[in-house]
Amino acid sequence: MSAAPELGLPAPRRSTPVSHRVYAPSALGGGLHRFWSLTFMLARTEFKLRFFGSVFGYLWTLVRPLLFFGVLLLVFTQVFHVGSNKVPHYPEYLLTSIILFTYFQETTSGSVASLVGRENLLRRVRFPRLAIPMSVALFSFFNLCMNLIVVFIFILASGVKPRLSWLELIPLIALLITLSAGVGMLLSALYVRFRDIQPIWEVIAQLLWYGSPIIYTVQSVQDKHLPLTGLSFAHMLVINPIGAIVTQARKALLQPSAPSAAATLGSEVRLLIPLGIVAGVFALGLWYFNREAPLISEKL
Amino acid sequence: MLDASFQGPLSTTVPRQEHATAAASRPAASAISIQGVNKTFRLPHQQYTTLKERALHPLRRTTYDELHAVKNVSLEIAEGEFFGIVGRNGSGKSTLLKCIAGIYRVDTGAISVAGRLSPFIELGVGFNVDLNARDNVIINAIMLGLTRKQAQERFEHVVAFAELQDFMDLRLKNYSSGMLVRLAFATAIQVEAEVLLIDEVLAVGDAAFQQKCFEEFFRLKREGRTIVFVSHDMYSLERFCDRAMLMDHGDVIQIGDPHTVARAYNELNFGQLAHDAPQESHSHSGTAIADAWFENERGERITNISQEQGMRMCFEARFGEALEEPVFAVTLRTDLGHTILVARSDQHGRSSGSFNPGESVVARFGVPNWLTPSRYLLTPSVARAGTGDSAVALVEDMASVMVHGPTSSGGILELPVDVTLERL
Repeated sequence: MSAAPELGLPAPRRSTPVSHRVYAPSALGGGLHRFWSLTFMLARTEFKLRFFGSVFGYLWTLVRPLLFFGVLLLVFTQVFHVGSNKVPHYPEYLLTSIILFTYFQETTSGSVASLVGRENLLRRVRFPRLAIPMSVALFSFFNLCMNLIVVFIFILASGVKPRLSWLELIPLIALLITLSAGVGMLLSALYVRFRDIQPIWEVIAQLLWYGSPIIYTVQSVQDKHLPLTGLSFAHMLVINPIGAIVTQARKALLQPSAPSAAATLGSEVRLLIPLGIVAGVFALGLWYFNREAPLISEKL
Repeated sequence: MLDASFQGPLSTTVPRQEHATAAASRPAASAISIQGVNKTFRLPHQQYTTLKERALHPLRRTTYDELHAVKNVSLEIAEGEFFGIVGRNGSGKSTLLKCIAGIYRVDTGAISVAGRLSPFIELGVGFNVDLNARDNVIINAIMLGLTRKQAQERFEHVVAFAELQDFMDLRLKNYSSGMLVRLAFATAIQVEAEVLLIDEVLAVGDAAFQQKCFEEFFRLKREGRTIVFVSHDMYSLERFCDRAMLMDHGDVIQIGDPHTVARAYNELNFGQLAHDAPQESHSHSGTAIADAWFENERGERITNISQEQGMRMCFEARFGEALEEPVFAVTLRTDLGHTILVARSDQHGRSSGSFNPGESVVARFGVPNWLTPSRYLLTPSVARAGTGDSAVALVEDMASVMVHGPTSSGGILELPVDVTLERL
């Protein structure tokens, strides 16, 4: 499979084709083109199927996080008074961070059983195995894009003026995708061997939700310190890559005066910690997935 | 390349000259080379699928059943060859095919393929019943290795071939199973590859569509593609394959011409049935049928035979009482239970003589073999003179024979036909 052209125009038949070894299926083998067209096709199919037969179709993806947002907004501004007066643009921040976390949640939870759920494909066709978890990430990305339209409408309606710093959202989302895809690869390959990954991940995702500054901001815990270490809770929140991403997104989108991720950590060099975690998780996921890829079709 | 020769149902009969000659003039290089391939599946006795179990029993060694699915198979398949792999369920043939396709990792040995390899063909991989036919064709074609663009370009051909123009926007849920396989087959033959691996997909649908499928296979063959296919169907094996291989329990039993391999396969499958204990026997007064068998014209016992080779239906009866002019008879049925013929020893007023208790007799009924390839069962019986229907000994389906051969017109018999056309 190595470098042999799988696709494209048929080779001239007169020349004898070069013989090549057949190896076990791999994470990416078979050419990037095939990988991409499979990933896209799987994501697109999933997208079509998800809302098939429902009257409002796509609108439901918007309704879910929006409804959740509404409930949280009510609870935290009217009942607990977390946001409202103290945090400027609290509703906009809440919505943005919910939408970003939803992407992470959807991608990772969707990846867990993705390989097992596609057993009939894995056992019947040779294709780059990575296309399956990646299609989940792509599918969630479609949703993210649609959700972001609503987010921007909401932000503009609340009186925030568009700024050049909004473009910062692009690298931030790229980081989020890298992180989610890394976790997705790891979880999907692990789930083939260990079926209790699913409940474990549900708990971890729940913890990450509360452990990330989504319903609150880093400022609200700035002065609380962890015992023994010199770290504040705010430090911890931004070491968490999701926390760093939403904190930075808040500054870029809503409020230039809000602390950046670097400022919360204390220095720009320390940003390497969350960035390193993203890179590390992605590398770990890719390495493990690649290691398991040849055996996935047998171990299902 | 496909587009040019594939413009509808009829174009398949037009040979593609350049391909045919190109394939013929080339020296037969090896398209697939398999060297000493072994594949073992480890089936754990105690499957640890949860972390908890693993954590609770860290020291307990998991014991495995080793299923040696493919044992040291070496094989060369030439370019442009149509190669069949047959074997009973669990013989390792599909595993081998999946090893060639690169779906399973081989334990030892090496497989090399020259040219582009189809990513394994099974009908309707990736079909989703909730989507319409249009979407499913594209999905399936991409799974089979086409790009989205190629898939869209060929969409019209697929639809035309499947003859499902009016049902393209129908969800697959509402398709009949016949329509489904037609759509799947039409998509599958669009695959872009020099080496095709096919699992059990030859000839699907109704008789007319089957004929189209066969024509497609002949077209692929003419184009000089290398095709490896796994089948249980000896008829398509003998019809298409240049060479075939029989596998059993992971071993290669035989590699040779399809005819010989088909015979060996039938031998393997039905060989032991021929001399099984009598199933449903009723005999009165101690007269019994001791044995029944088929034999060829040389008098050798057989369990399978080629079409058009004459055969004899035989049985041995042992008398428990004195009988005057008993009637010996055989009934030949298909394995569906349809009676092909009943032959009796008193057919032409012939006398069978008188028999005393303890005497044995062997009855032989020779017939020309115009049977269509299938399995046939022999029911021998002995009856008193005149009565005919009240048998003193009868054993249902005591022996069986497999008839194989290249011609199957769809009827029960393949009678020699003399065709004349008279222009008026």
